[in-house]
Amino acid sequence: MPVNETLARYSDWSYASAVVIYVLAMVFYLVEQAMTKTKRQAARELATVGGGAAETAAPESTVVVTRSPRADRLGRMGFALNVLGVLLHAAAVILRGLATDRVPWGNMYEYGSAVCLFAVIGWLVLAKRFDIRRLSVWVLLPIVILLFLGGTALYTPASPVQPALQSYWLAIHVTAVSIASGLLLLPGVASLLYLFRAAYEKTGRFAGFAARLPAAEVLDRLAYRVTVVGFPLFTFAIICGAIWAESAWGRFWGWDPKETCAFVAWVIYAVYLHARATAGWRGNRAAVINVIGFASMVFNLFFINLVTSGLHSYAGVA
Amino acid sequence: MFAYLRNTWRGLTAMRTALILLALLALGALPGALLPQRQLNVSKVSDYITQHGWWGRLLDTLQFYDVYGSVWFSAIYVLLFVSLVGCLTPRLFEYAKQARQQPVITPRNLARLPHHGESTVDVSVDDVVEASRKRLRGWRMVVRDEENGVRTISAERGYLRETGNLLFHFALLGLIVAFAFGKLFGYAGQVAVIANGSQFCNSGLFAYDSFTPGLKVDGTELDPFCIKVNSFKATYLPDGQANSFDTDLQYQTGAQLNSDRWQSYDLRSNHPLRTTGDRVYLLGHGYAPQFTVTFPDGSKRTKAIQWNPSDLNTMLSSGTTTFDPPNTTDETELRKHQIAITGLFAPTALFDGTLMSSVFPAANDPAVAVQVYEGDLGNNSGYAHNLFTIDQSMVDQGRLVQKAMKNIKLGQEIALPDGTKVKFDKVQEFVGLQVSHDPSQDYVLVFAVLMLVGLMGSLAVKRRRLWLRVTPSGDGTVVEVGGLARTDQAGYGEEFTRLSAELLTGKKDT
Repeated sequence: MPVNETLARYSDWSYASAVVIYVLAMVFYLVEQAMTKTKRQAARELATVGGGAAETAAPESTVVVTRSPRADRLGRMGFALNVLGVLLHAAAVILRGLATDRVPWGNMYEYGSAVCLFAVIGWLVLAKRFDIRRLSVWVLLPIVILLFLGGTALYTPASPVQPALQSYWLAIHVTAVSIASGLLLLPGVASLLYLFRAAYEKTGRFAGFAARLPAAEVLDRLAYRVTVVGFPLFTFAIICGAIWAESAWGRFWGWDPKETCAFVAWVIYAVYLHARATAGWRGNRAAVINVIGFASMVFNLFFINLVTSGLHSYAGVA
Repeated sequence: MFAYLRNTWRGLTAMRTALILLALLALGALPGALLPQRQLNVSKVSDYITQHGWWGRLLDTLQFYDVYGSVWFSAIYVLLFVSLVGCLTPRLFEYAKQARQQPVITPRNLARLPHHGESTVDVSVDDVVEASRKRLRGWRMVVRDEENGVRTISAERGYLRETGNLLFHFALLGLIVAFAFGKLFGYAGQVAVIANGSQFCNSGLFAYDSFTPGLKVDGTELDPFCIKVNSFKATYLPDGQANSFDTDLQYQTGAQLNSDRWQSYDLRSNHPLRTTGDRVYLLGHGYAPQFTVTFPDGSKRTKAIQWNPSDLNTMLSSGTTTFDPPNTTDETELRKHQIAITGLFAPTALFDGTLMSSVFPAANDPAVAVQVYEGDLGNNSGYAHNLFTIDQSMVDQGRLVQKAMKNIKLGQEIALPDGTKVKFDKVQEFVGLQVSHDPSQDYVLVFAVLMLVGLMGSLAVKRRRLWLRVTPSGDGTVVEVGGLARTDQAGYGEEFTRLSAELLTGKKDT
């Protein structure tokens, strides 16, 4: 089956440019953070921003840091670069698909790239709606690391996929999984930052870094609202995977390492949702569980693909 | 005693317990992904135990190689199941009660609610109430009259959240039951069939190379059907990666059995054959080198049997093809002259001196590197026998003796000292088929879809309350609005802001 080498090459260039632009955007975001000095009482709560000027009755004990106009301009430039990066990133993914004439997530390099793309798209949508742009650098950090690993250690040249993957379920199942994983990356970051911010609000620790973060409550709500979208999508993805497994491997569920790990991640997110609705478990404990959920997704991506062997061993990494 | 039972039950059905059990479930499932599992690969488990000594044996005692059938994993999910039932039953009653209840009475002081708004309008009390009722279409609501001409509206919506939540959890229970049912009454069997018109019939355990029965399956009541594998075709990319597998087969079921009527089917990856109650999958393939042995008396025997592909990228395979000497009924004479051809098969062979390897999975230039043994194969010793190797203990005892060792290409032959000739005359291919039977998998799917629907309902819908108090006063009419999100605060603020802005005007259309 032919692979269009020219398009594949353009895809690779696009990918590398996207990573460079992301790093550049991070630099702008970082400078913005560094220039942030003044503290002032302000509260554009996450819950109310979409609705205009109204205030919630939520306690506004937290101090939010505001930026000087110049810092704000730098932040907006960072955001613009971020958008440019995501366009290049999307181009890289689409060109891969065109080059190989199939969905562009057939091996680990492509999958990682797609997950990151959906994460960044999800993030940009959120950052446009809510005043959380200053978190961007912390979101981009794991993404740039993942993309860098993908582009170097996991890189796989464009090629068709093996017969077991030649199914329309590849488009459905893997697309759903990559969108869900991409989205669930965001609450992972938000909850991790929550832990620092909550500690800061309680004891004043991590002041240098956590003072510039949004209020703990905003971070908590951000994590919850994205998880609430990502989790059903992840459930849908697992169900699609089971339907596909039934027609490809002869059983819908067989405790293959990847299936097991997806199950574990699913249960952890279920614990998170329950914890957030249980007195005494809200806040720190829920955040810790959400971070563990995120860790289990990363574990599933790297450890299961690269270390153990199972039916899902499609990494294509020699 | 009763208090003890009651407290145990309360403890078990508490959310805290459910949370811990859920966390344990995740933790308990994890070793199954990290350690080799018997249900996936038996030989990997024994290798692991051998490599890890007492530690490996300890894990075996603790059932860490059968995680999903182990006592402790079962205990976790049974407890979780009980906890779930105990938690859901009262909620179901509560839900039924609430479905008939009117929204609660309007609180005295609406200003103390998390969401609040107030205005004075020059519209009459009744008009405000009427306009608000229109505005709140879709909400469950009740209008109440208080003293001094004050009227209130209590409104609530988002009941689907609890509906979805209950649906999700009950579907989860259903899924677990259906899953367990499948584990009791399902089975899976694997068999290799040579793609030269050979047949396989689902008539009993003996027909399979390996068979995994459900707990209530003894293999006597399988759905009968027969399969005839006519040909198999694999295509590969230049780098050796497989690109397509295609099996041309025929099958017969029901009344067609024992007749000449066959139906054709094109069996491929992702394209199983579904008969009534069973599914047949193409899960593997490989080569069966065909040998013809010419015995000293001139009689010939031809045989091809599957060899095990040890490297799926190059299809380098290892195996053993055995022959019994012809024209012998004497058991001792037979046991002196059995022949085993054992070694490696390369579909596209590359020789480095005498060392053979394979460079491509298609049979472009096939060759075998084999040893030919003669003697007693030991295959009537009563012990289970590995199809792909010879019985090394027979060799050690000197009862099976190596007569030749040679690399030969297709069409070449090996001559043994006693005049026997072994010719590598053809390459056949075989397909690895799996027959799966799971009577409840459709139900599992239905429950899974219900779970998803319930989950979306319970996460997307927000249960929220809204109250309106309309008070007549000298300057006009005072309208007060209060709101409370009953479940999650996130998101209600936006809706309340929009809604209260409209309600506070007291007008019908804004």
